[in-house]
Amino acid sequence: MGSAVAKTALLAGHEVSVLDEDPLSHERLDAGLDGTWEDRGGRFTVGTALEIDALLEAGIENADAFLCATDGDNTNLVIAQIAARRFNVPRVIVRVMDPFRAAWYAEQGLETISPTAHAIDMFEKALDL
Amino acid sequence: MYVIVAGGGKVGWNLARELIDKGEEVTLIEGDRRRYLVIEQELEHAVQYGDATELWVLERAGIQRADLVIAVTGDDEDNMLVCQVAKEKYLVDRIIARVNNPRNLQHFKLLGIQPAVSATDLILRLIEHEVPRYGLVHLLALEEERLEIIELEVQPGSPAAGQRVMDVDLPEGCLIISVLRGGDGFVPKADTVIEGGDEVLLVLDPGLEELITPQFTAPV
Repeated sequence: MGSAVAKTALLAGHEVSVLDEDPLSHERLDAGLDGTWEDRGGRFTVGTALEIDALLEAGIENADAFLCATDGDNTNLVIAQIAARRFNVPRVIVRVMDPFRAAWYAEQGLETISPTAHAIDMFEKALDL
Repeated sequence: MYVIVAGGGKVGWNLARELIDKGEEVTLIEGDRRRYLVIEQELEHAVQYGDATELWVLERAGIQRADLVIAVTGDDEDNMLVCQVAKEKYLVDRIIARVNNPRNLQHFKLLGIQPAVSATDLILRLIEHEVPRYGLVHLLALEEERLEIIELEVQPGSPAAGQRVMDVDLPEGCLIISVLRGGDGFVPKADTVIEGGDEVLLVLDPGLEELITPQFTAPV
Protein backbone atom coordinates (compact mmCIF):
# COMPACT_ATOMS: atom_id res chain seq x y z
CA MET A 1 0.00 0.00 0.00
CA GLY A 2 2.73 2.44 1.04
CA SER A 3 4.92 1.78 -1.98
CA ALA A 4 2.05 2.27 -4.44
CA VAL A 5 1.08 5.63 -2.93
CA ALA A 6 4.76 6.64 -2.73
CA LYS A 7 5.26 5.96 -6.44
CA THR A 8 2.12 7.80 -7.45
CA ALA A 9 3.15 10.78 -5.33
CA LEU A 10 6.67 10.79 -6.80
CA LEU A 11 5.40 10.60 -10.37
CA ALA A 12 3.00 13.45 -9.59
CA GLY A 13 6.07 15.57 -8.84
CA HIS A 14 6.20 15.45 -5.02
CA GLU A 15 9.31 14.94 -2.96
CA VAL A 16 8.91 11.48 -1.40
CA SER A 17 10.87 9.78 1.37
CA VAL A 18 10.15 6.16 2.31
CA LEU A 19 11.09 4.63 5.68
CA ASP A 20 11.00 0.84 5.99
CA GLU A 21 12.69 -1.61 8.33
CA ASP A 22 13.34 -4.06 5.49
CA PRO A 23 16.06 -3.00 3.02
CA LEU A 24 14.60 -5.40 0.44
CA SER A 25 11.33 -3.46 0.28
CA HIS A 26 13.30 -1.02 -1.87
CA GLU A 27 12.83 -3.41 -4.81
CA ARG A 28 9.11 -2.82 -4.73
CA LEU A 29 9.75 0.90 -5.18
CA ASP A 30 11.95 0.29 -8.24
CA ALA A 31 9.46 -2.04 -9.91
CA GLY A 32 7.72 -0.49 -12.89
CA LEU A 33 9.78 2.72 -12.86
CA ASP A 34 12.22 3.83 -15.54
CA GLY A 35 15.46 3.74 -13.59
CA THR A 36 15.76 3.23 -9.85
CA TRP A 37 13.72 4.93 -7.12
CA GLU A 38 16.67 7.22 -6.37
CA ASP A 39 17.20 8.03 -10.09
CA ARG A 40 13.68 9.36 -10.09
CA GLY A 41 14.43 11.53 -7.05
CA GLY A 42 12.98 9.32 -4.32
CA ARG A 43 14.55 8.87 -0.88
CA PHE A 44 14.76 5.62 1.06
CA THR A 45 15.78 5.09 4.69
CA VAL A 46 16.12 1.77 6.49
CA GLY A 47 14.81 1.87 10.05
CA THR A 48 11.70 1.64 12.18
CA ALA A 49 9.49 4.63 12.76
CA LEU A 50 9.73 4.32 16.53
CA GLU A 51 13.40 5.32 16.24
CA ILE A 52 13.56 9.08 16.35
CA ASP A 53 16.91 9.04 14.54
CA ALA A 54 15.38 7.13 11.63
CA LEU A 55 12.49 9.60 11.38
CA LEU A 56 14.93 12.51 11.38
CA GLU A 57 17.09 10.88 8.76
CA ALA A 58 14.02 10.34 6.60
CA GLY A 59 13.36 14.08 6.89
CA ILE A 60 10.27 14.22 9.09
CA GLU A 61 11.08 17.75 10.25
CA ASN A 62 10.44 19.11 6.76
CA ALA A 63 7.48 16.91 5.91
CA ASP A 64 4.18 18.44 4.81
CA ALA A 65 2.44 15.08 5.07
CA PHE A 66 3.18 11.80 6.84
CA LEU A 67 1.61 8.48 5.88
CA CYS A 68 1.61 5.64 8.39
CA ALA A 69 1.01 2.51 6.35
CA THR A 70 2.96 -0.32 8.00
CA ASP A 71 1.17 -3.65 8.32
CA GLY A 72 0.58 -3.10 12.05
CA ASP A 73 -2.32 -0.98 13.32
CA ASN A 74 -0.69 -0.41 16.67
CA THR A 75 2.60 0.73 15.19
CA ASN A 76 0.75 3.05 12.82
CA LEU A 77 -1.32 4.60 15.59
CA VAL A 78 1.75 5.27 17.74
CA ILE A 79 3.92 6.75 14.99
CA ALA A 80 1.03 8.86 13.71
CA GLN A 81 0.79 10.47 17.13
CA ILE A 82 4.55 10.96 17.27
CA ALA A 83 4.47 12.69 13.88
CA ALA A 84 1.55 14.90 14.86
CA ARG A 85 2.45 15.76 18.45
CA ARG A 86 6.21 15.75 18.49
CA PHE A 87 7.08 16.88 14.98
CA ASN A 88 3.92 18.87 14.25
CA VAL A 89 3.60 17.44 10.74
CA PRO A 90 0.64 19.36 9.30
CA ARG A 91 -1.08 16.34 7.72
CA VAL A 92 -0.87 12.83 9.16
CA ILE A 93 -2.80 9.97 7.58
CA VAL A 94 -2.87 6.58 9.26
CA ARG A 95 -3.94 3.13 8.09
CA VAL A 96 -5.99 1.32 10.72
CA MET A 97 -7.40 -2.07 9.69
CA ASP A 98 -9.62 -2.36 12.77
CA PRO A 99 -12.69 -0.26 11.86
CA PHE A 100 -13.70 0.36 15.48
CA ARG A 101 -10.40 1.86 16.50
CA ALA A 102 -10.19 3.74 13.21
CA ALA A 103 -13.49 5.37 14.12
CA TRP A 104 -12.48 6.21 17.68
CA TYR A 105 -9.09 7.65 16.73
CA ALA A 106 -10.78 9.67 13.98
CA GLU A 107 -12.99 11.19 16.69
CA GLN A 108 -9.79 12.10 18.55
CA GLY A 109 -8.60 14.06 15.53
CA LEU A 110 -6.44 11.58 13.61
CA GLU A 111 -7.05 11.20 9.90
CA THR A 112 -7.61 7.45 9.68
CA ILE A 113 -8.20 5.22 6.67
CA SER A 114 -9.64 1.79 7.33
CA PRO A 115 -9.35 -0.58 4.34
CA THR A 116 -11.50 -3.07 6.26
CA ALA A 117 -14.31 -0.56 6.67
CA HIS A 118 -14.17 0.16 2.92
CA ALA A 119 -14.21 -3.56 2.08
CA ILE A 120 -17.18 -4.19 4.37
CA ASP A 121 -18.96 -1.30 2.72
CA MET A 122 -18.29 -2.67 -0.76
CA PHE A 123 -19.43 -6.18 0.18
CA GLU A 124 -22.61 -4.79 1.61
CA LYS A 125 -23.24 -2.70 -1.49
CA ALA A 126 -22.54 -5.71 -3.72
CA LEU A 127 -25.16 -7.62 -1.77
CA ASP A 128 -27.59 -4.70 -1.84
CA LEU A 129 -27.72 -4.65 1.96
CA MET B 1 -10.77 -3.30 43.18
CA TYR B 2 -11.23 -4.60 39.64
CA VAL B 3 -7.97 -4.95 37.70
CA ILE B 4 -7.46 -5.79 34.01
CA VAL B 5 -4.01 -7.08 33.06
CA ALA B 6 -3.14 -7.11 29.35
CA GLY B 7 -0.48 -9.67 28.46
CA GLY B 8 -0.04 -13.11 30.00
CA GLY B 9 3.74 -13.41 29.82
CA LYS B 10 5.86 -13.97 32.92
CA VAL B 11 5.10 -10.51 34.28
CA GLY B 12 1.37 -10.57 33.54
CA TRP B 13 0.69 -14.07 34.78
CA ASN B 14 2.58 -13.59 38.04
CA LEU B 15 1.02 -10.19 38.57
CA ALA B 16 -2.47 -11.63 38.06
CA ARG B 17 -1.76 -14.47 40.49
CA GLU B 18 -0.41 -12.10 43.18
CA LEU B 19 -3.37 -9.74 42.83
CA ILE B 20 -5.85 -12.61 43.06
CA ASP B 21 -4.07 -13.85 46.20
CA LYS B 22 -4.48 -10.38 47.67
CA GLY B 23 -8.22 -10.71 47.11
CA GLU B 24 -8.54 -8.43 44.08
CA GLU B 25 -10.82 -9.21 41.17
CA VAL B 26 -8.64 -9.71 38.09
CA THR B 27 -9.08 -10.39 34.39
CA LEU B 28 -5.94 -11.30 32.47
CA ILE B 29 -6.08 -10.95 28.68
CA GLU B 30 -3.74 -13.12 26.59
CA GLY B 31 -3.60 -13.07 22.80
CA ASP B 32 -1.71 -16.29 22.13
CA ARG B 33 -4.12 -19.22 22.09
CA ARG B 34 -1.67 -21.85 23.36
CA ARG B 35 -0.40 -19.62 26.12
CA TYR B 36 -3.99 -18.80 27.05
CA LEU B 37 -4.87 -22.50 27.39
CA VAL B 38 -1.90 -23.06 29.70
CA ILE B 39 -2.81 -20.10 31.91
CA GLU B 40 -6.47 -21.07 31.91
CA GLN B 41 -5.63 -24.35 33.65
CA GLU B 42 -4.61 -22.31 36.68
CA LEU B 43 -6.56 -19.05 36.55
CA GLU B 44 -9.75 -20.47 34.99
CA HIS B 45 -12.33 -17.74 34.38
CA ALA B 46 -9.87 -14.99 35.40
CA VAL B 47 -8.13 -15.22 32.01
CA GLN B 48 -9.67 -14.33 28.66
CA TYR B 49 -8.41 -15.01 25.16
CA GLY B 50 -8.04 -12.08 22.78
CA ASP B 51 -6.04 -9.13 21.48
CA ALA B 52 -6.17 -6.55 24.26
CA THR B 53 -5.75 -3.69 21.80
CA GLU B 54 -9.15 -4.47 20.29
CA LEU B 55 -11.98 -2.49 21.84
CA TRP B 56 -14.49 -5.36 21.95
CA VAL B 57 -11.99 -7.54 23.81
CA LEU B 58 -11.51 -4.82 26.42
CA GLU B 59 -15.27 -4.32 26.65
CA ARG B 60 -15.89 -8.05 27.05
CA ALA B 61 -13.42 -7.96 29.93
CA GLY B 62 -15.53 -5.20 31.50
CA ILE B 63 -13.15 -2.26 31.06
CA GLN B 64 -16.00 0.17 31.78
CA ARG B 65 -15.94 -0.81 35.45
CA ALA B 66 -12.17 -1.38 35.79
CA ASP B 67 -10.37 0.56 38.52
CA LEU B 68 -6.92 -0.22 37.18
CA VAL B 69 -5.58 -1.33 33.79
CA ILE B 70 -2.06 -2.74 33.59
CA ALA B 71 -0.48 -3.31 30.15
CA VAL B 72 2.51 -5.64 30.33
CA THR B 73 2.73 -7.29 26.91
CA GLY B 74 6.12 -7.68 25.25
CA ASP B 75 5.17 -5.04 22.69
CA ASP B 76 5.52 -1.36 23.57
CA GLU B 77 3.06 -0.11 20.96
CA ASP B 78 0.42 -2.48 22.31
CA ASN B 79 1.05 -1.33 25.87
CA MET B 80 0.81 2.32 24.87
CA LEU B 81 -2.47 1.87 23.01
CA VAL B 82 -4.15 -0.35 25.62
CA CYS B 83 -3.42 2.32 28.21
CA GLN B 84 -4.37 5.18 25.91
CA VAL B 85 -7.86 3.82 25.19
CA ALA B 86 -8.29 2.73 28.82
CA LYS B 87 -7.58 6.27 29.99
CA GLU B 88 -9.11 8.38 27.24
CA LYS B 89 -12.01 6.28 25.92
CA TYR B 90 -13.08 4.29 28.97
CA LEU B 91 -11.95 6.86 31.56
CA VAL B 92 -10.21 4.28 33.75
CA ASP B 93 -8.79 6.05 36.82
CA ARG B 94 -5.42 4.34 37.00
CA ILE B 95 -3.17 2.82 34.37
CA ILE B 96 0.27 1.25 34.54
CA ALA B 97 2.32 0.43 31.44
CA ARG B 98 5.38 -1.69 31.00
CA VAL B 99 8.19 -0.30 28.83
CA ASN B 100 10.17 -3.09 27.13
CA ASN B 101 12.67 -0.91 25.32
CA PRO B 102 13.77 2.05 27.46
CA ARG B 103 14.26 4.11 24.31
CA ASN B 104 10.47 4.03 23.88
CA LEU B 105 9.89 5.72 27.24
CA GLN B 106 9.76 9.09 25.47
CA HIS B 107 6.82 7.87 23.37
CA PHE B 108 4.88 6.74 26.47
CA LYS B 109 5.41 10.22 27.91
CA LEU B 110 4.34 11.88 24.67
CA LEU B 111 1.05 9.96 24.74
CA GLY B 112 0.54 10.78 28.42
CA ILE B 113 0.95 7.18 29.59
CA GLN B 114 2.05 7.45 33.23
CA PRO B 115 3.38 5.61 35.10
CA ALA B 116 5.43 3.71 32.56
CA VAL B 117 7.68 1.15 34.20
CA SER B 118 10.90 0.02 32.59
CA ALA B 119 12.72 -2.91 34.19
CA THR B 120 15.96 -1.75 32.57
CA ASP B 121 15.57 1.70 34.11
CA LEU B 122 14.76 0.28 37.53
CA ILE B 123 17.89 -1.86 37.48
CA LEU B 124 19.97 1.08 36.27
CA ARG B 125 18.69 3.13 39.21
CA LEU B 126 19.59 0.36 41.61
CA ILE B 127 23.08 0.30 40.13
CA GLU B 128 23.32 4.08 40.60
CA HIS B 129 22.16 3.68 44.18
CA GLU B 130 24.77 1.04 44.93
CA VAL B 131 27.50 2.82 42.97
CA PRO B 132 26.69 6.55 43.10
CA ARG B 133 29.14 7.65 40.47
CA TYR B 134 27.53 10.98 39.86
CA GLY B 135 26.69 11.80 43.47
CA LEU B 136 23.00 12.23 42.63
CA VAL B 137 20.38 9.49 42.64
CA HIS B 138 16.73 9.91 41.73
CA LEU B 139 14.87 7.90 44.33
CA LEU B 140 11.33 8.78 43.35
CA ALA B 141 9.67 10.78 40.61
CA LEU B 142 5.93 11.34 40.82
CA GLU B 143 5.39 13.06 37.49
CA GLU B 144 1.67 13.73 37.83
CA GLU B 145 2.11 15.15 41.33
CA ARG B 146 5.23 17.05 40.17
CA LEU B 147 7.34 15.83 43.06
CA GLU B 148 10.78 14.25 43.21
CA ILE B 149 13.02 12.83 45.88
CA ILE B 150 16.76 12.76 45.26
CA GLU B 151 19.75 11.56 47.21
CA LEU B 152 22.95 13.58 47.16
CA GLU B 153 26.41 13.06 48.53
CA VAL B 154 27.75 16.06 50.47
CA GLN B 155 31.31 16.53 49.26
CA PRO B 156 33.83 17.85 51.80
CA GLY B 157 34.60 21.46 50.93
CA SER B 158 31.23 22.01 49.22
CA PRO B 159 29.20 25.11 50.18
CA ALA B 160 26.76 23.04 52.28
CA ALA B 161 29.41 21.15 54.27
CA GLY B 162 29.65 22.60 57.78
CA GLN B 163 26.47 24.67 57.34
CA ARG B 164 23.27 24.45 59.36
CA VAL B 165 20.33 23.13 57.33
CA MET B 166 18.61 26.52 57.57
CA ASP B 167 21.67 28.26 56.12
CA VAL B 168 22.20 26.07 53.06
CA ASP B 169 21.49 28.20 50.00
CA LEU B 170 18.68 26.23 48.35
CA PRO B 171 16.07 27.44 45.84
CA GLU B 172 12.36 27.74 46.66
CA GLY B 173 10.55 24.43 46.27
CA CYS B 174 12.95 22.04 47.93
CA LEU B 175 13.57 20.71 51.39
CA ILE B 176 16.19 18.52 53.08
CA ILE B 177 14.15 15.71 54.59
CA SER B 178 16.78 13.26 55.77
CA VAL B 179 20.47 12.98 56.51
CA LEU B 180 22.38 9.68 56.26
CA ARG B 181 25.55 9.66 58.34
CA GLY B 182 27.71 6.64 59.12
CA GLY B 183 24.98 4.26 58.02
CA ASP B 184 22.25 5.91 60.12
CA GLY B 185 19.50 8.11 58.81
CA PHE B 186 17.77 10.88 60.76
CA VAL B 187 15.41 13.76 60.07
CA PRO B 188 17.37 16.99 60.52
CA LYS B 189 16.20 20.10 62.35
CA ALA B 190 16.80 23.62 61.09
CA ASP B 191 19.98 23.90 63.17
CA THR B 192 21.41 20.46 62.31
CA VAL B 193 24.89 20.87 60.85
CA ILE B 194 25.50 19.09 57.54
CA GLU B 195 28.92 17.43 57.34
CA GLY B 196 31.08 16.48 54.41
CA GLY B 197 30.55 12.79 53.62
CA ASP B 198 26.88 12.89 54.64
CA GLU B 199 24.23 11.83 52.22
CA VAL B 200 21.12 13.97 52.14
CA LEU B 201 17.64 13.27 50.81
CA LEU B 202 15.75 16.19 49.34
CA VAL B 203 12.18 16.53 48.21
CA LEU B 204 11.82 19.01 45.37
CA ASP B 205 9.81 20.34 42.48
CA PRO B 206 11.04 18.67 39.28
CA GLY B 207 13.77 20.51 37.43
CA LEU B 208 15.53 22.08 40.40
CA GLU B 209 18.40 19.56 40.42
CA GLU B 210 20.81 21.87 38.62
CA LEU B 211 20.31 24.63 41.18
CA ILE B 212 20.69 22.23 44.10
CA THR B 213 23.70 20.10 43.19
CA PRO B 214 26.30 22.95 43.26
CA GLN B 215 25.61 23.42 47.00
CA PHE B 216 26.77 19.88 47.69
CA THR B 217 29.63 19.71 45.21
CA ALA B 218 33.15 20.85 46.08
CA PRO B 219 34.60 23.46 43.70
CA VAL B 220 37.12 21.88 41.34
